[in-house]
Order: sequence, then C-alpha cells, then structure tokens
Amino acid sequence: MWLLYLPLVIPALAGAAARPLANRLEPRQATWLLTSATVALAGCSLAALALLAAYAAARTRALAVLGDYSQSVIRRGDPISEAAGAIAALALAGAAVAVVVMSRNWVRALVESYRRAARLSADDGIVVVPGPAIEAYALPGWPGRIVVSGCLLDRLDDDRRAALIAHERAHLDGRHHLFAAVARLAAAANPLLLPVARAVEYTVERWADERAAAVTGNRRMVAQTIGQVAFLASPRRRRTAGISLGMIGARALLRSAVWAGPVPRRVAALLAAPPRRRTILLAACAAIVLLAGVSALETARDLHALVELAQESGS
Amino acid sequence: MTTRQEAARVHDLSSRHESGDTPREVRRAAGALESAVLEILRGASEPLSPGDVRQRLETGQGAALSYSTVVTIVSRLHAKGLLDRQRVGRGFTYTPLDEVSLAAGRMNQALGRGTDHDAVLSRFVSGLSSRDARLLRALLASDASPQAGDPGRGEGRG
Repeated sequence: MWLLYLPLVIPALAGAAARPLANRLEPRQATWLLTSATVALAGCSLAALALLAAYAAARTRALAVLGDYSQSVIRRGDPISEAAGAIAALALAGAAVAVVVMSRNWVRALVESYRRAARLSADDGIVVVPGPAIEAYALPGWPGRIVVSGCLLDRLDDDRRAALIAHERAHLDGRHHLFAAVARLAAAANPLLLPVARAVEYTVERWADERAAAVTGNRRMVAQTIGQVAFLASPRRRRTAGISLGMIGARALLRSAVWAGPVPRRVAALLAAPPRRRTILLAACAAIVLLAGVSALETARDLHALVELAQESGS
Repeated sequence: MTTRQEAARVHDLSSRHESGDTPREVRRAAGALESAVLEILRGASEPLSPGDVRQRLETGQGAALSYSTVVTIVSRLHAKGLLDRQRVGRGFTYTPLDEVSLAAGRMNQALGRGTDHDAVLSRFVSGLSSRDARLLRALLASDASPQAGDPGRGEGRG
C-alpha cells in the first residue's frame, strides 16, 4: 500500500535533484528530461491523489449501494483513512484550480505576445527599441521577434551583439517558452515540482547560451557578454565587497557558482569545458520517473481488485 | 479626439476645476493635461524641459499651471513609458517616444505585470543579487587571462 505514496514522494526527490541535474546535464538533454519528468510526475501525483480520494469514497454507504458492492469488505481491505482521503480530495481540487488559472493566464500572455509580435515591424526579426532601458528578450510570435534596446546595442561590440542575437534567436527557434510553460503548469499541479520548473527555466537559458557559443564559436566571449549585460542591467553597486572573493582560486569559484543565481551559473558553465551528454545519468532519472508511474498504476489495480472482491461478496 | 478638441477640453476642465468640481472630474482633467503635454512634446522639434512645456501650455490656452504640476505630469508620462528623458544640468529634458518603442513599452507593461510573463518572454539576463554580482565579477576577473586581450572589458562597466 505504501506504493500509493511513492508518486507523492518522488516529486520531492525530483525537486531536490533538479538543480544538480541542471548543472550537470547537457542543456538540451536536461531541458527535455526535466520537462517530461515534471509532466509525468505531476500526472502520477494527481493520479495518486485521485486514488486516495477514491479509496476513501469507496467506504461511503452511498457509493457501496450505487456500485453494488459490500461496504464491509472494502472497510476491511481499505488501508486509507477517511481523513487522508479527504485531504487528498482537497489537494486534488486545489491542483485543478491552480492548473486552470495558470493555463488561462499563460494563454492570455501568449496571445498578447503573438499580437504584439505581429504588430512590431522588424528587420531580420529584430526590433530595436529606443529609450534608456537595458533590455533584450525574445517575444514568441508568428514570426517571433527579438526585442533589444538601442541603448544596450550601443554598448556592445559586434561580436557581443552577435552573441546576444544568437541567444535570443535560439529561444525563438527552439520554442523554449513552451518548455518553461509546460514545466510551470506541472508545478502548478504539484508545488513540490516548483524547483524542477525553475531548473527548466535555467536549462533553456543554458541551451540558448550553448547555441550562441556554437554560432559565434567563442564560449568565453558569450560568457563575457552575459556578464556585461547583467552588470549594465542591474543598478550600480559598490565594488568594495568583491575583494573577499578575489582570493579564491578559479576552480573554487566555479564550485561556489553552483548554488548562486542563474547569471553566475551560466557564466561559470560557459567558462568551464563544454557539457557532455550523460546517457547513464539520463537513464537513471527516467527509471525513477517510471517507478512513480508504475506504482500509481499498481495501486490503481489494487483498488480495482478490492472493489471486484467486494462486488463478489456484496449484495 | 483631435488635438484641438483635446486642448479645448483641457481648458474647459481646468477652469471648472477652479470653480470647485468633483474629484472624478479633476482626475479626468489630469488625464487630459497629460495628452496636451504629450501633444506639445510631439510637436516640438527638440527635447523640452518642464519649463518649456509650461510656457507652451500657457501660450496655447492661457491656462496657468504651476511649474510643479508640469513636472508631475511629465514624470508621470515618463513613468508610463511614453517619454524618454535626458539629464541636462540638474533637471531633465523630455522627448516623446515613437510608435515602435511605444508599442514595445506597452508590451513590457502588459507582459511584465502578470506573474507568468516569464513563461512567455525570455529575457537575456535576469536580475543580479549583490552576492551574484560579486561572484560574477570574480568569475570574469579570474577568466581574464593575458591572451584574452583587454581584461577590463569583461567586467562590463558602463
């Protein structure tokens, strides 16, 4: 019976593993793995909640009469308490509401994005925006647009401009917003998956960074571009605090970037060696996700068998 | 509504405001003032200071507005993303943004407000915490080896 709780425990495990995986796996692989894992795990945990609720519901008299089975057999064979069933039903309802609200908001944002993209006239899909903002983003659409502030372009040399544009173009070509959206939707269904959804947001950035590195042929330059834009975009800070970190060696620095925000992690990844594909790690992750699916399925079969048993001895 | 009608309405509303009107009408008057100021800036061939704007408002309609009112209006327009501003001396001069940048600015506002705009827009860089900034500076500095050429560039000052 403990199998029923496995689909609820594995997402927590995935949440803890998401960041190390995002750091270690090749970004494209990581994006596919983590996104499909969020969908599979969200599905499994919803199924587990539904089963918990169903077990509890099966104990009620009304359902026993309706389904023509023996209530006492169910009560004897059913390991789920009414309280657990009620909590599961509530969680299920909450998840359904969260998913509906989030998908509605997302569809609205996407429709708005397509409308704006269609209205912006652009050379080569690039819209240069005047004004003081330091800004660059990919706007999904048909076709998608790359929006960059002229103020930012002015401060980048040609190579770095190319890196910036290649990065944003990779987002549009790879439809990265869909991966991020799917993962967030899954996390709405099960908040334990939130770290995984954040990891997907990071891996699509890494994916675009690696594309930019491939297009420009210079990983270090892409790293420097990210660094430069990040400093331009964030308000000026006092520099004195930097001294303490200046003492640390390069390897230790790369290690300490593992738990930092996305920008230093991306820069550290680009300064390190190019990522390798890791088939064994990938297979191990897929196996764990599969385990969640199998255990949900197994519990569903248990419930079915129990109800059948109760039907035979009922009425 | 044409510019002229708009301007007439501004005058109308501001004079009614003086004779003591409801807050709703005052608020509407503020909106009309904003569009009047915007029209003046769009009609101008050069960046204007709030003082210039005030002068042109007066000659246009004869309604006297205080300097601070004009400053409030242009700052509000700037905050809305309708105006660009440049620092001149101790103050600012303002220029209107063109259609493309207005569209982009509105888009920023529309998409930036929702909680899930990240699911649609992918920004080149997200924000830097002060710890991240320190780490990033150290990372780029540690990478700036002699053959990389100009190490100062990597720090991205600007």
